[in-house]
Amino acid sequence: MPERYYKSLRDLPKEEYLASGHRLCAGCAAGTIIRHLLKVAGPNTIVVTATGCLEVATTPYPLTAWRVPWIHVAFENAASVASGVEAAIKALQRKGLIDPSKRINIIAIGGDGGTYDIGFQALSGMLERGHKVMYLLYDNEAYMNTGIQRSGGTPQFAWTTTTPAGRVWKGKHQPKKPISDIVAAHRIPYVATANPAYVLDMVNKFRRALEVEGPSFVHVIQPCPTGWRFDPSKSIEIAKLATETGMWINWELDHGEFRVTVPVPKRKHVKHYIRAQGRFRHLTDEDIEKIQEYINKEVERINKLVGKEVIGPLAE
Amino acid sequence: MMPEVRWRRLPLNANYAVAHAVKDSDVDVVAAYPITPQTTVVEKISEFIANGELDAEMIHVESEHSALSACVGASAAGARVFTATAAQGLELMHEILHIASGLRLPIVMTIATRALSAPISIWCDYSDVMNARDASWVTMFVSSAQEAYDSVIQAFKIAEHPDVLLPVMVAYDGFIMSHTYEPVLVAEDPAPIREFIPKRRDRIVLDPEKPVTMGPIAMPEWYYEIKYQQVEAMKNAYRVVKETIDEFAKRFGRRYPVVETYRLEDAEIGILTYGAIYGTLREAIDIMRSKGMKVGAIKLRLWRPFPYEEVLQAIKHLKLLIVADRAISYGARIAGPVALEIMSLLLYESERPEVMSVVIGIGQRTVTEEDFEQIAKLGAKWLEEKRIPRETIYWGVRGVTYA
Repeated sequence: MPERYYKSLRDLPKEEYLASGHRLCAGCAAGTIIRHLLKVAGPNTIVVTATGCLEVATTPYPLTAWRVPWIHVAFENAASVASGVEAAIKALQRKGLIDPSKRINIIAIGGDGGTYDIGFQALSGMLERGHKVMYLLYDNEAYMNTGIQRSGGTPQFAWTTTTPAGRVWKGKHQPKKPISDIVAAHRIPYVATANPAYVLDMVNKFRRALEVEGPSFVHVIQPCPTGWRFDPSKSIEIAKLATETGMWINWELDHGEFRVTVPVPKRKHVKHYIRAQGRFRHLTDEDIEKIQEYINKEVERINKLVGKEVIGPLAE
Repeated sequence: MMPEVRWRRLPLNANYAVAHAVKDSDVDVVAAYPITPQTTVVEKISEFIANGELDAEMIHVESEHSALSACVGASAAGARVFTATAAQGLELMHEILHIASGLRLPIVMTIATRALSAPISIWCDYSDVMNARDASWVTMFVSSAQEAYDSVIQAFKIAEHPDVLLPVMVAYDGFIMSHTYEPVLVAEDPAPIREFIPKRRDRIVLDPEKPVTMGPIAMPEWYYEIKYQQVEAMKNAYRVVKETIDEFAKRFGRRYPVVETYRLEDAEIGILTYGAIYGTLREAIDIMRSKGMKVGAIKLRLWRPFPYEEVLQAIKHLKLLIVADRAISYGARIAGPVALEIMSLLLYESERPEVMSVVIGIGQRTVTEEDFEQIAKLGAKWLEEKRIPRETIYWGVRGVTYA
C-alpha cells in the first residue's frame, strides 16, 4: 500500500501558503493543486516555476500569491534552476553559511509545455544528475497561457488553436507523449500520477515525493475550463471522469515498486468524459470508439504490470 | 597594516589561471558545459574540487542554457557562482544572459572568445562576446593570463557590490590566450584573496525565513522602472570598477586601468584594440617608432560600462585613431562594434581625431606586427590625402586590397 501520511483532509495543515486573490481563471484546477502542494510542503520550501499560467497568474508585480520563496526564470529551465538552488543550499549548508540542520524542500513546477516539450532536456538532466528536487507537472494538455496551442501533452483528437477541427483535420493527430513513463525510465526514486478529484491520494503522493532522497516527479492532471471548453463549476467532476473512464490512471512507482493507487473496479465508457468537453465536440461516435480502444489497450498494459485487474471492465 | 601576500609563480594558460582564481575566490557553485576552447577551465576546477582544494558543488549540466540557468538558481539562493563558456555556448545562453542581469544576480563568467558558426570554427575572434553587448553584463577584455586571474577576483568584488549587483563577464582570446602558457603569480595561500572579496550576506536571496518572489511578471506600468534600475546599476558599475582596480592595486600591487595606453603621449596616430593582440600591437608600435613614425597604442579593458571619459582623454590629441575590431556587425557602414561606439562619443566633441574602422583577425586570421604597420602607413597616407574611408576596412581577406 502507498504510504498513508494523511488519513483525511482534516490532517492537512490549516496554513495557506498560496494566497487567495491570484489571477487564475475561475475553475482552474492548478490553484487547487498548488494550494495543497504547499500545505504539504510547509514554509521551509523554495519553489521554482516555469513560465506559464501559474507563473503569470500568481505574480503580477508588485503583488504575489506566494508565501514561500519563489523564483521564475524562463520557460524551459525550471529543472536547471532548481538544480542550481539545490546545489547552492547544499554548498552553503556544508560551509556553515546557512543553518545546516534545516531541511529545505526544493520544488520545480512546470506545465505540459514547460515539461513535455521545451523543458524536457533540462528535466532529463536534472533527473540524471540526481538532484533532490520534487518536480510537479500540472498538465492542462495544451499551451493554455498563450491561448490553447497543441503540446506534446495534448491528447489525440483534441481541438486546439493550432490543431483545429476542419474538413481535413480532426484536432491533434498524435496521442499524448507518455511523459511519466519516460521520467520513470530515468530510474529515480519516486514517480507518480495524481488527480485533484482524488485529493487525499494526491496529497499523500506530494508528501512521499518530498520525502524520498533524490529526484521525484508527480504528474497531475489539471482540467482547464478555458481550454477544454467546459463550465468552470465542473473542473473536479471532469477530473473524476478522467479516472473513472480510465483516461487517467493514478499510479506510483516507489523505488521500483509499481502500484495503482486508485483502483477502478468498473470503468465508465470514455464518451462520458469526451462529451463533457467542447474541445472534443467535433468527434463522431466512431472517433470516440478509437479513443476507447486506445484506453482499453492502456488499461490492459497497466493491469499486466500490476499483475491483477486493478482497472476493471467497461460497465457503462 | 595588511600582511604581505606571498605569490607562487606558475606556468599557466589563461584557462588555468581562471580556474586558480575561482579556487582562490572560494566559489560555492560551478555549473558548466564543455566547449572548445573553454573546456580546460572546467576540467581544472573539477580537479580542484575532486582533490578537496575547493569546497564547491559542481553541476555537470546538459547544456550551456542549463549552465547559466543553474547559476541563476544558485546565485538566487545566495551562493557565489561561476561558469565559463565560448561561442555557441554563449549563444545558447543568450536568453538567460538577460535574465541573470534582470534578476540582478552577481554571477561571474569567463569567455574564451571564439568565432561563431557557420561555417563552424573553433578559433578565436570576438563575435561571440560582442553579440552579448546589450545583455547588461559588466564586460571586461583581458590581455594576459595574469590579468585573467586578477580580473576574475575583481569581478566578484564588482558583481557583489550592493550598488552594482550585476553579472560580470571576463573575456580573453580563445587559444591565443586560453592555450598559451605564461608565468602567472597566484596566491600561495588564498586567505588574502578571500579577505579581499568577503562573502556578503546583504543581498536579497531565496530564504524561507524571509520569503520573496523573484522574476514576477511586470506589466507596462512597472517594467520600465525596473529596467531603468539596471541603467543606474551600470552607471554605478563604472565607478565601482575603477574603485576595485585601485583597491586591488593597493592590496596586491598590480593595476589594470580601464583604458591602457602605450607611447601615446606624443603620438599623431593611435591604434586601439583589445584582448591578446594588444601585445602584438605594442611590439608593432616599437618597430614603427624605431622608424620614426609617431604612433601609439590604446587597449580597451572595460567594454560595458563603456569608459567614455578615459577613452576621450586618451584619444583627444590624436590626428587619427585606428580602431582594430575583431567582430563584424554585418550590414553596418561602420562594422566594428568598438569603432562605432567611439564614433558616437566623438559626435559631441568639437576637436576630434579622424577615425578609421578596421576589422582584423576574424576566425583567428593571423595578425602580425607587420599588419599593424601596414594599416598605420595606409592610415597616415589617407590622412595626408584627406580621404579616410567612411566605411570599415576588412584587413587580411584574400582578394580584398586597399591603397
